[in-house]
Amino acid sequence: MSEEVTLEILRYRPEVDREPRFQTYTIPYQEDWVVLDGLNHIKDYVDPTLSYRWSCHMAICGSCGVMINGEPKLACHAFLRDYRHDVIRIEPLDHFPIERDLVTVMDGFMEKLSSVKPYLIAKQAKDLSDGENLQTPLQLMAFKQYTLCINCLLCYAACPQCGLNEDFVGPAALALAHRYNLDSRDSGAEERADVVASNEGIWECTFVGACSEVCPKHVDPAAAIQQTKISASLDWFKARLLPGAHR
Amino acid sequence: MSRRPYLRKIKRSWWLGHRRYAVYMVRELTSLFAGLYCALLVVGLWRLVQGRVAWEGFLAALSSPLGVAFQLVCLAFASYHSVTWFALTPKAMPLAVRGEPVPPKMIVGLHYGAWVVVSLIVLIAAGV
Repeated sequence: MSEEVTLEILRYRPEVDREPRFQTYTIPYQEDWVVLDGLNHIKDYVDPTLSYRWSCHMAICGSCGVMINGEPKLACHAFLRDYRHDVIRIEPLDHFPIERDLVTVMDGFMEKLSSVKPYLIAKQAKDLSDGENLQTPLQLMAFKQYTLCINCLLCYAACPQCGLNEDFVGPAALALAHRYNLDSRDSGAEERADVVASNEGIWECTFVGACSEVCPKHVDPAAAIQQTKISASLDWFKARLLPGAHR
Repeated sequence: MSRRPYLRKIKRSWWLGHRRYAVYMVRELTSLFAGLYCALLVVGLWRLVQGRVAWEGFLAALSSPLGVAFQLVCLAFASYHSVTWFALTPKAMPLAVRGEPVPPKMIVGLHYGAWVVVSLIVLIAAGV
């Protein structure tokens, strides 16, 4: 008999379920399958009512984040073989409302993301005829790591502060704010500061560091937030202590 | 079909489920002992102001078995806090010299170096 693997999946169908409950599926084991392949197998051959998000199957799109045995992971980035002799327990990402099965409601994150203005804000609009904005490799290196975020939200699921305070702007949005603040072409730091340096912004972070540990793209949001704390503190002192400063 | 999103609240025991969160909570706990030790120093100042007898009583209390045990516990927590903080410094304060990032180990090493220097100054000032 060929080998099998058991998946325990948290189901929630709002039209019939009062609250989420686990459903167990037994599927064939394949050496080269990731958890997402298992979910696709269930969807195609066992239970077409199972809902989950996915798109690229290669850790680029950031859609398939789920909790796997309590740890936030991309379902396309977690091999079944790494859980060979365990029951694999799959749940929607922690700290997000469940829309259906493994699908979470991301509206709160989308609002937080847009609140930090994650785009280049130029001091003066530049005419196309003035040519491109040049940047040295060194200037690029200052922020490149923070551009790699795929908005998969594993960091929000790992961060206890996100679970304890739903208003916390959170790791990914703050890391992206930092990314634009560090960009030599950007002049928007002051516009972002109202959100970034607020109580619900960087100061809600207590440096648990879990966001960086679970990040599949090694963005290191924890570092971004701590660096922002230092620069926000310096700005605060400068605004109050330097002659001619006003705020 | 109407939407009915379900929010699973975080449990009070969230930090017990994973080593990384338990380690974090121990680190948070260290602040309690740092605070208690600060309170001890304030009490020391207060006793000093009250005169020689009070001050000598305070010193005697410090060197009693209970006093020594308390200070050792505080020292252990303060050391844990310092070591874990130094390990995090390269994230919070990445340095670059002439465009080249300073290796994380060197940033941590500089903090240990500063710790040793400050400790020596304190020991010399205390006349040890």
